[in-house]
Amino acid sequence: MTDTRTKPPPPGAYQLTQLRALESEAVHIFREVAATFEHPVLLFSGGKDSVVMLHVARKAFWPAPLPFAVMHIDTGHNFPEVIEFRDRTVEELGVRLVVASVQASIDAGRVAERPGVSRNRLQTTTLLDAIAEHRFDAVFGGARRDEEKARAKERVFSFRDEFGQWDPKNQRPELWSLYNGRHQPGEHIRVFPLSNWTELDIWRYVAGEEIDLPPLYYAHRRQVVRRDNMLMSLCEWIQPAEGEEVLEALVRYRTVGDATCTAAVESAATTADAVIVEVAATRITERGATRADDRFSEAAMEDRKKEGYF
Amino acid sequence: MELLRFATAGSVDDGKSTLIGRLLFDSKAIFEDQMEAVEQASLRRGEVTNLALLVDGLRAEREQGITIDVAYRYFATPARSFVIADTPGHVQYTRNMVTGASTADLALILIDARKGIVEQSRRHAFLASLLRVPHLVVCVNKMDLVGYDQDVFNAIVEEFRAFAIRLEVSDLSFVPVSALVGDNVVHRSAAMPWYEGSSLLHHLETVHIASDRNLIDVRFPVQYVIRPHRAEHHDYRGYAGQVAGGVLKAGDEVVVLPSGWPSTVAAIETFDGPVAEAFAPMSVTVRLADDLDVGRGDLICRPHNRPHVGQDIEAMVCWMADGALKVGGRYAVHHTTRTARAVVKDLIYRLDVNTLHRDESATDLGLNEIGRVRLRTTVPLFYDEYRRNRTMGSFILVDEATHATVAAGMMLDPSHGG
Repeated sequence: MTDTRTKPPPPGAYQLTQLRALESEAVHIFREVAATFEHPVLLFSGGKDSVVMLHVARKAFWPAPLPFAVMHIDTGHNFPEVIEFRDRTVEELGVRLVVASVQASIDAGRVAERPGVSRNRLQTTTLLDAIAEHRFDAVFGGARRDEEKARAKERVFSFRDEFGQWDPKNQRPELWSLYNGRHQPGEHIRVFPLSNWTELDIWRYVAGEEIDLPPLYYAHRRQVVRRDNMLMSLCEWIQPAEGEEVLEALVRYRTVGDATCTAAVESAATTADAVIVEVAATRITERGATRADDRFSEAAMEDRKKEGYF
Repeated sequence: MELLRFATAGSVDDGKSTLIGRLLFDSKAIFEDQMEAVEQASLRRGEVTNLALLVDGLRAEREQGITIDVAYRYFATPARSFVIADTPGHVQYTRNMVTGASTADLALILIDARKGIVEQSRRHAFLASLLRVPHLVVCVNKMDLVGYDQDVFNAIVEEFRAFAIRLEVSDLSFVPVSALVGDNVVHRSAAMPWYEGSSLLHHLETVHIASDRNLIDVRFPVQYVIRPHRAEHHDYRGYAGQVAGGVLKAGDEVVVLPSGWPSTVAAIETFDGPVAEAFAPMSVTVRLADDLDVGRGDLICRPHNRPHVGQDIEAMVCWMADGALKVGGRYAVHHTTRTARAVVKDLIYRLDVNTLHRDESATDLGLNEIGRVRLRTTVPLFYDEYRRNRTMGSFILVDEATHATVAAGMMLDPSHGG
């Protein structure tokens, strides 16, 4: 029972770098899902986490094409650069894009829009309806545990009941790299391949792999208003309120979501390497700096996640 | 840069959250808005700044002042990136610590210098050794409250070492700290000139983890078969998977289990190009020189170094469900990429995690209990002893009705028990 190669290798040999270890873990997760689920789908918004997720997914199945579609939950309040990027990316990769529209959910009377409130929370209904309609049984999301304290408790394979609900107090234990994706028809599993990545890891990976991102992730001049101490970009849905001064600022986005609740930060970083320097020095979390939706309460994210949010 | 995963165990009373808070704060991994939120929340509760609120992410946890579930925290220094699996000491401690320790390179145990070694310290050390966490660091905390007394520290070290002899711990270190003041956490403390070791953070940055993996026994569980069905890759057939042990090289003679057919590794491929060799935990695609019938759940290994193959499995299991494990119970078993059904043939003993006493008269295992069992599986599993390879020697049991994960298992060598 002995191999000819029984000598241990020299110390330091055969060690993966941290980014390669994270990539390898994510590739393993993608393949596990492709091998054991019927209808997976990958949530793709054009945001940096979903772009990195898609990049790693391609690597997992190369030279075969992606064995699943991608889906965008479209609030209708988009940055045009991001939609253009989304369409170009799916075209280049030859993957199927499913767009589920919050506007359509509003029109169908599934949800009611409240004036002055972002459509962020409404996405949950649209997402769950689309999952049911297409019978998706595994849904890949780009959420990371370092983003937010409720997400720090999230499993890689996260069970959702037939109402799409997350029960944080009753999660399946997740040991080693043995994932339990078993579920009944109508239930589904959210899968988070980038669980163990941090914002800095994402940027280092973007730089190292030369991954293309929508241009608003890099410094550019833009008209903004300062609202609730955040820089909101002027667009169809954001107009200066009385007393608000329109500023032209050099900004970039740390996260990209619904245009009505995602803010910019002042920055001169025009490359991924320059962003890394900024991120490494920053003292504010990306959600705290840029997401109006997470500042409602200590448990804003937990409450949305329980309902079935991303 | 390397990644180090470590698990912390203990309760708020040991100063665990303060220690984690100190590590995160001093390494600048806590952001100002997080700190501000914690300060505001503490104020509302009329408390001094409570660093536990950083870690306790769920509403119920904050309301009840307890930690319910494993939380993962991240920080990095120029030397290494760290993932902390922070496991609570109160509720479900065994289940949570086993979960956190399953992927950890290192376990950190806190002992209150005033109280010395308590039942919980022994339990944590035992669970870390059961899960084969390669490195164990004991932080003797609250040294400021015992006047930084070297004798107090030495007595705890001596007592712990005597106890740890009964466990299999390959690397054991002790650091006297005060998490509250910061002594020996990030920087060496002037208050304890008698301590000649490194600070906790320096130890975490430098502990040698490269040789913890098995680089000898080649194990490649086939996870997924890649067949592009495209004109330019018409006959392409690649076996995708994550290396579970050894160093697999292009040109290696291999066999595929269970068929036993021999072949040769034609190429080891990745999106970024072919590689000459692959080792754990690399995810790669292996192509064989021969056209064989290979699928998910098969195993590629070397002809003269094969794992155990069998349907009668002996293992230590940690039970994680409300309903008890009983002899005769049937479950689904997930082992590497292989799935089977299993029946519990025998409960050999139940282990008391505090005294290590083996109760051979036990007839079931309740929630958070650990015991040694014999299973019979519907198909053969290809496995190594857990102590030799954590990936090849671990499994979970899943309830086929509720789909809940009900047990974690660590396989034993069938030839000489253990």
